[in-house]
Amino acid sequence: MSKTNYTRRRVLKTGAVAGAGVALPTIFTAQSAAAYTNEPTGSSVTLGFNVPQTGPYADEGNDELLAQQLAVEHLNGEGDGGCLNTFTSKALKGNGILGKKVEFVTGDTQTKSDAARASAKSMIEKDGAVMINGGSSSGVAVAVQGLCQEAGVIFMAGLTHANDTTGKDRKANGFRHFFNAYMSGAALAPVLAKEMGNDRNAYHLTADYNWGWTQEESIVASTEALGWNTVNTVKTPLASTDFSSYIAPVLNSGADTLVLNHYGGNMINSLTNAVQFGLLDKVVNGKDFKIVVPLYSELMAAGAGANIKGVLGSMNYNWQLQNEGSKQFVKSFGEKYGKPPSNSAQTCYAQVLLYADACERAGTFNPCGVAEALENFEFDGLGNGKTMYRKDDHQCFKDVLVVRGAENPTNAYDTLEIVEITPAEQVTYAPNHPMFGGDEATLGTCNAGA
Amino acid sequence: MDAFILQILNGLDKGSAYALIALGLTLIFGTLGVVNFAHGALFMIGAFCAVSLSKLLQLSYVTIDETQKDFLGNPLKVETPYVESWFGPEVGAAIIDWSVPLSILLAIPVMILVGLIMERGLIKHFYKREHADQILVTFGLAIVLQEIVKYYFGANPIQTPPPDALLGVSNLGAWFGFELPYPNWRIVYFCFSALVIAGVFAFLQFTTFGMVVRAGMADRETVGLLGIDIDKRFTIMFAIAACVAGLAGVMYAPINPPNYHMGMDFLVLSFVVVVVGGMGSLPGAVLAGFMLGILESFASTTWATTTLPGINQIIIYLVAIIVLLTRPRGLMGRKGVMEE
Repeated sequence: MSKTNYTRRRVLKTGAVAGAGVALPTIFTAQSAAAYTNEPTGSSVTLGFNVPQTGPYADEGNDELLAQQLAVEHLNGEGDGGCLNTFTSKALKGNGILGKKVEFVTGDTQTKSDAARASAKSMIEKDGAVMINGGSSSGVAVAVQGLCQEAGVIFMAGLTHANDTTGKDRKANGFRHFFNAYMSGAALAPVLAKEMGNDRNAYHLTADYNWGWTQEESIVASTEALGWNTVNTVKTPLASTDFSSYIAPVLNSGADTLVLNHYGGNMINSLTNAVQFGLLDKVVNGKDFKIVVPLYSELMAAGAGANIKGVLGSMNYNWQLQNEGSKQFVKSFGEKYGKPPSNSAQTCYAQVLLYADACERAGTFNPCGVAEALENFEFDGLGNGKTMYRKDDHQCFKDVLVVRGAENPTNAYDTLEIVEITPAEQVTYAPNHPMFGGDEATLGTCNAGA
Repeated sequence: MDAFILQILNGLDKGSAYALIALGLTLIFGTLGVVNFAHGALFMIGAFCAVSLSKLLQLSYVTIDETQKDFLGNPLKVETPYVESWFGPEVGAAIIDWSVPLSILLAIPVMILVGLIMERGLIKHFYKREHADQILVTFGLAIVLQEIVKYYFGANPIQTPPPDALLGVSNLGAWFGFELPYPNWRIVYFCFSALVIAGVFAFLQFTTFGMVVRAGMADRETVGLLGIDIDKRFTIMFAIAACVAGLAGVMYAPINPPNYHMGMDFLVLSFVVVVVGGMGSLPGAVLAGFMLGILESFASTTWATTTLPGINQIIIYLVAIIVLLTRPRGLMGRKGVMEE
């Protein structure tokens, strides 16, 4: 008979220590599984679509929302599947994301940074959104990207063209599919040289805010590299409606080219005023006067009407692209809404699908896992051709379109014609390029939140 | 020299819009004592009269053209305006082309109706209330009106071009031996504004109705004691002021494509014009409108913005401060107005 010397107290003590020891890994595991903001626990996952529903870009926001709704439909296996049929990644099966049905909430950015942050915050905190997508302004994109970084959710930017979004203001939780001002300059320059020559005198009218400045800087650098001379760069207040007093000095400046670094209503009005003053009918320095609008959108083209005839610009996407992804997207969007998609619609649609696909490939909604899956991800089939999400700055690199206002549009939608598809290599730059914050620009570290 | 003249012309053009809006504002304030913050919205509704008629004239029937394809590859739906089928392609196209000037015929009754409904339906209930209440209710009305327009027409500006015959530029300096190109439609706009302003002054100066209104503006009570229904006349003046703002909007549509927010863009500046001109002074409103338009134009030149950065954004307010400091009643303000 053996004799044990265990006392009741000792057994209890040992049991407690052993129990804690066994439970410890489970506690850590459970904590890490819940260690990101808005982890979906039910049968659905919520995405937040933050677009301008009121204010001057409401039409653009509405187009983005249509595309986002279409993307959700396709993710949930409804409709014709859209670009799930052409996307080179086959992780998405049309059964939601990671088996969870996709739902969405919407917010109104009003194209104001504070309002956009407030609506994004509400969608994250009250509605449990795991990702925020959309927007039509770089100011809004930078503000919301900062908020998402702090909150620990992924931000898939909508239409934002300023270099800063993936330049000095880049964030680990933020991703931009849309092209940027540098790419516009790099894509436009060879076409400008080909069509207008290397000895032009350019006069810039620039919207006086962050996007306008980076746009001007990029185009000035690209055109001066061609040999062009910059006659003047004039900043115009964002609230300007009548540009006649800015156009009049162009007439006597010796400039033979006007570059309008304007977007939206600014661009429509400044171009209309420039055409009213007969600039396109003038001959200066023995050359036909030309106007360049570096950033185009279909809605701006519609607003500018006949004034855009022959005017060159650049775009992220145009529905007339004939690759398989584009044809599929135009078909899905066109059959559902009766019109071709705009480039802001396409970028939002692509971003929603890219996020969902990254979740599937990462096997988690954890933003850090999703970010890792997106970094250096190469894909095709979403409308832009071969594309890569660069790890260093979370900027997509793909072909850029140079377009021109159509001379004889046959319907309301072919107001722009594609002049050239500039290959991605030609618009690629170093992650520490001076226009993008130089060596000091950093993504920081991914924040998973809670 | 020609750059200098160009800026004066630009200023006169901009000033025309300010003067027409400020004239209406002053008429309403002088007659009814109401500070109408919905006046910019009336300018916007006028511009959308032009947009509406243009769209109305382009209402089309659809035929299928099997030989052409739309963006989805389906047979193209070709739209032909009804006016072209009713009056023939050439006459129909000409009617569509002249839709903006024709809109004046639509805008006059529409704006009078809008003015009457606005005054009788809402503003008359605020005559005896504080100016702050009037400002709040009319500002609210302006927001409602612009949201209604946005609902039906969208937020994007809508291109509303002038007739082809009035497109392009004229060389105003040709008679003097130098080049001075100026857009034809802007010349038309200035002449039209001058005509409307002259018409309003002539109406007030040379008609019995105008004489009664002027008397009412000077001493409402005494005119009432003479047995004249001055309220009815003032209501009509409100409708006329709405009409003036609307006509300014109609003709402005080809200068800058109308959008739902355009009224607000002009409203604040027009109020500054009224204050600088002198509350209740009709000639003051016109004078200040043109003066501030020209100053704003010069402040936007490269020379001005390089010398004093940001001057283009503050010039009007700067002038307002200087005028009010030196002449508290404005340039041509009347004693006793807003001086309780």
